[in-house]
Amino acid sequence: MSNESNSSAESANQSALKPGSQIIVDTLVELGVDTMFGYLGGVILPLFDKLYDAPIKLIVPRHEQGGCHMADGYARASGKVGVIVATSGPGACNLVTGLATAMMDSIPVVALTGQVRTELIGNDAFQEADTTGITRPITKHNSIVKDVKDLARTIREAFYIASTGRPGPVLIDIPVDVEVARAAADDCPKMELPGYHVKTKGHPRQISTAASAINKSERPLLYVGGGVVRADASEELDALVQKAHLPVTMTLMGLGAFDQTKPESLDMLGMHGSAYANYAVQNCDLLIAVGARFDDRVTGKIKSFAPHARIIHIDIDPASIAKNVKVDIPVVGDAKLILAELIPQVEYRQRQEWFERIAEWKKKFPFCYDNNSSTIKPQYVIEELYRQTGGEAIITTGVGQNQMWTAQFYKFKRPRQLLSSGGLGTMGYGLPAAVGAQAARPEATVVDVDGDHSFNMTLTELATAVQYSLPIKVCIINNGYMGMVRQWQQLFYNKRYSYSYLSNPDYAAVARALGAGGITCDKKADVSKTIKTMLSEKGPFVVDFKVEREENVWPMVAPGRDLHDMDGLDILESLV
Amino acid sequence: MKHIISALVENKPGVLAHVAGMFAARAFNIDSLVVGRTEDPQLSRMTIVVVGDDNVVEQVRKQLAKLIPVVKVQDFVGKPVVARDLMLITISVPPEKRPELLSMIEMFKGKVVDIGHKFVTVEVSGPEAKIEAFIDMCRPYGIKNVARTGTIAMVRHSTATP
Repeated sequence: MSNESNSSAESANQSALKPGSQIIVDTLVELGVDTMFGYLGGVILPLFDKLYDAPIKLIVPRHEQGGCHMADGYARASGKVGVIVATSGPGACNLVTGLATAMMDSIPVVALTGQVRTELIGNDAFQEADTTGITRPITKHNSIVKDVKDLARTIREAFYIASTGRPGPVLIDIPVDVEVARAAADDCPKMELPGYHVKTKGHPRQISTAASAINKSERPLLYVGGGVVRADASEELDALVQKAHLPVTMTLMGLGAFDQTKPESLDMLGMHGSAYANYAVQNCDLLIAVGARFDDRVTGKIKSFAPHARIIHIDIDPASIAKNVKVDIPVVGDAKLILAELIPQVEYRQRQEWFERIAEWKKKFPFCYDNNSSTIKPQYVIEELYRQTGGEAIITTGVGQNQMWTAQFYKFKRPRQLLSSGGLGTMGYGLPAAVGAQAARPEATVVDVDGDHSFNMTLTELATAVQYSLPIKVCIINNGYMGMVRQWQQLFYNKRYSYSYLSNPDYAAVARALGAGGITCDKKADVSKTIKTMLSEKGPFVVDFKVEREENVWPMVAPGRDLHDMDGLDILESLV
Repeated sequence: MKHIISALVENKPGVLAHVAGMFAARAFNIDSLVVGRTEDPQLSRMTIVVVGDDNVVEQVRKQLAKLIPVVKVQDFVGKPVVARDLMLITISVPPEKRPELLSMIEMFKGKVVDIGHKFVTVEVSGPEAKIEAFIDMCRPYGIKNVARTGTIAMVRHSTATP
């Protein structure tokens, strides 16, 4: 072989190699990513250079936290993996709240972060942070890629891990030299995950044991969590409910998994859940938990939770089972598959007495409020929003009273309709999540029902909605307080409103300054037409509803109390 | 109750941090944790001794298994196991007391690995109780340093002890 042909073979070989940045883009496209979120910075520039020509729509948030919530909102609304890109150091650190939010609610998000050059790692280089160290406890998995040959495989693994089993965020840290180094595209086609096995099929014997427990039960109750939403198991759930005739209560994360307008729905349970759901839990003889994790906000005092019930727990995460409560019939696996196998084995039973008791509780203690005041009641705004959207909107929330009233007064019909930070309780989640949801579902009406202080935390993302023409709507339930904190201070700290008030700007003016529409509504008589105006707007639009300042969320199970020991029932009862 | 948990993990950077971090984040107490390579260069074995009631240890086992780089987890409780610690211990000993100490070392099947005018360093291995007993016996002389590995363990496949 001559020298010449040798060198031409080498250069042909060289051109078959792609830089890491291109491998990232190609792998994302191969995995079906068409929309992602990302903020630029020094060490991630090689990737952004390739994204310039990529067939991927990239939305640049105003802050990486917002970007991470957008990816999360995108994932929750679409069922796909949300992707967020950030630079090293501060960029990666700003993802922390977003990743922890996604982790607690089991949301499939993949974060790609730039890192300083491999040889600088550990030297306290400019914009260096130990990203994998910082994010390890708030991701389902994370890793750093030090060889470009591992890049494509690691990204495929990240998507697989994020979206299967109990979903969750996965972070990949990529040093800038790995983005630049070249490798052949198919150097690493296979996934190598010897420690990751997802058990999807439930054990047949456990399923039949569960079925016979359901068939024998006089007072059964389904307790449904976000796992049913993640598993797309709503159809199966509905079929099970109809076939066996079961009442259903949902966690905050589970709302929409079962159509709340149906008679079998007992709405949300827990600290601010319905009295009828909480009473049903405390009186049932069989609790069928599906994709729920017995969180302290759901159970109240754990020792007295569902005291008369045997417990069936269907969950894909074995570590969730028997973590907080003793379980009689555990079934590990995918909710969709397990429910489908359960349906033919269950029998219809009238359970007239049980349903009558529930109907009585429903009649006695419905969610209600006193709308005779001259001020705007926050619940009224949400009821009116529910009415005017026909219960069809995608709703995101902040955290606190606004979130609980939304859960109580908007009736969700379908999964992926309510996007809310349940586990971590992240104030500021609502607006960026709405941006992400709208990017996923351009045709949908997306409304962020937010608190004034929650909204203030991430309001800068309104500019993102404007830039990308994402016509989200925001209803600020503005009581001028950190409302839920104020409620706790009223109830548990002698009404000492210590620092729970911040002076608010004119949010409508802020919205307009950021390029969105914005109006203030402070008259009860204007609520209905204001919502109508908002919904008819073509672009992003904010309404600042000045509501009753010291309205409380009822009922309430004070922390550590029995689930049936609810405050505020007298108030509800007096209003019926 | 003490449980010995044996986990086969991927031999990759960051795995120890994953495991140790999970223990800290979930407030599980580690009595000892030993990591070493296995016959397969891709895999390491972690032997972790935890103290807790059955519920806690079941959670430990499940949470460990949930970590992506953890390939297999076994709880050895209730199984016949061989469990061993290795210790290096430096003991102060004046020349006149040396014969007495050496005979004690012999009783414990220890091995002198370093010796000076005023000290000896001894290697002892065995079940944890034996190590503790040896430390106790050395106290009257004066212990200068102790380094212990923590427990490694394996399930017995036969009942015979050679």
